[in-house]
Amino acid sequence: MAAVSVCRPQCGGFSFENCKRNTLLEANVAKLGCSLPPARKTGTTICGVVYKDGVVLGADTRATEGMVVADKNCSKIHYISPNIYCCGAGTAADTEMTTQLISSNLELHSLSTNRLPRVATANRMLKQMLFRYQGYIGAALVLGGVDCNGPHLYSIYPHGSTDKLPYVTMGSGSLAAMAVFEDRFKPNMEEEEAKQLVRDAIAAGIFNDLGSGSNIDLCVITKGKVDYLRPHDEANKKGVRLEEHVGAAETGDYKYKHGTTGVLTKQVTTLQLEVMDESVQTMDTS
Amino acid sequence: SCDFYVSPARRSSGFRATTIMAVEFDGGVVIGADSRTTTGAYIANRVTDKLTPIHDRIFCCRSGSAADTQAIADAVSYQLGFHSIELDEPPLVQTAANLFKQMCYRYREELMAGIIVAGWDKRRGGQVYTVPMGGMLVRQPVSVGGSGSSYIYGFIDSKYKSGMTKEECLRFTADALALAMERDGSSGGVVRLAAITESGLERSVILGNQLPTFFSA
Repeated sequence: MAAVSVCRPQCGGFSFENCKRNTLLEANVAKLGCSLPPARKTGTTICGVVYKDGVVLGADTRATEGMVVADKNCSKIHYISPNIYCCGAGTAADTEMTTQLISSNLELHSLSTNRLPRVATANRMLKQMLFRYQGYIGAALVLGGVDCNGPHLYSIYPHGSTDKLPYVTMGSGSLAAMAVFEDRFKPNMEEEEAKQLVRDAIAAGIFNDLGSGSNIDLCVITKGKVDYLRPHDEANKKGVRLEEHVGAAETGDYKYKHGTTGVLTKQVTTLQLEVMDESVQTMDTS
Repeated sequence: SCDFYVSPARRSSGFRATTIMAVEFDGGVVIGADSRTTTGAYIANRVTDKLTPIHDRIFCCRSGSAADTQAIADAVSYQLGFHSIELDEPPLVQTAANLFKQMCYRYREELMAGIIVAGWDKRRGGQVYTVPMGGMLVRQPVSVGGSGSSYIYGFIDSKYKSGMTKEECLRFTADALALAMERDGSSGGVVRLAAITESGLERSVILGNQLPTFFSA
């Protein structure tokens, strides 16, 4: 199992090695005759927190296809059962299909047992399926809900390992969100405090991770009630194009009033044209 | 990278390099583990519980891939529970250890799991069985595992003596794990301990600032 290649000791945390190179490139862009590449965006920020009465789940709303934002307002918090919801990071199709499959199986199970489903059951089903596919289903999930045993929160990795914790983050923006949680999480928070904390964690992911963006969705699950707040916070509202020249409201019109641009000189030159030949060609309308 | 038990495919999810330990004493066993789960250089869970109950008086300490060991432990606890109901008796630690061995040996190419099985039963009292990667099974009075174990073999060999009491075993395990966590970057967090005897189970946690301290340069 030992690696054959020469290795460098792994240092933890963020690597700032490329910053020096980037500043050098930025300074010499003109000389080198190239342009800086645009930021490449992949990923997500999802998180969850257990508070006094239940769980709060949060997610950003950007879906990317390589370098393009495919969906500016996609929904990453998926329904599993009336009392259980699941945020998904990773391959969008995998998270969507996996959560739908488990949701369907869980409904059948719930009808069979005649009980409200438990979060641990959903966790078991998800981890056993993901382990069976040995990580080829790229679904990193934050599963949360309230059942007869209280509020529960799990993080589920693509290879099938799970962790049961009071606060979890996943996705490319997870480090930024976790920084917010590690600073301000307290056990048994009030609902407003918990919502604000999750909102701030997702915002940290949106503004500090290139892969996450757009709005913040929240899902507050308590015993007997679910608040699906979509959007909870429009953190990135599209700017309004102001057309001062055409009145107060923007019309999307690029016409400008006469006199906007001052005319200095005017010169009219007539073109000398001679009509050489006039003929009519009928259109084939058969 | 320099990690000992890593293959690139495993890196993306909760992979764990660890320190785990188990000690037999007269009347039971003491088991202990650190609490760090890493994915690459990021600590995915800093309060992991690597001491997993398999049955009322049988536990396993998990090291290696988190996904693999969780799946194996779930499967073995199901099999052991079924077996115990069939027998109408508490199962033997040796039985649990053999179930782990069968699974780890059969799927040795696909799995990355180093497991220590420890517990108490009526026939042989406290027992520790180690099932390292590859699927070997051997009973040992004291056993360590995980990436951090390399740093404490000398300490274990010099400090272990047979006939220790439960309290001595607990202190011995806590000291050994603290030393390993100090030196191994992939181990850390808190120390989780458990003492399993005929009368039951006592779990304890030693937080980071309460760990035993040793010489540091």
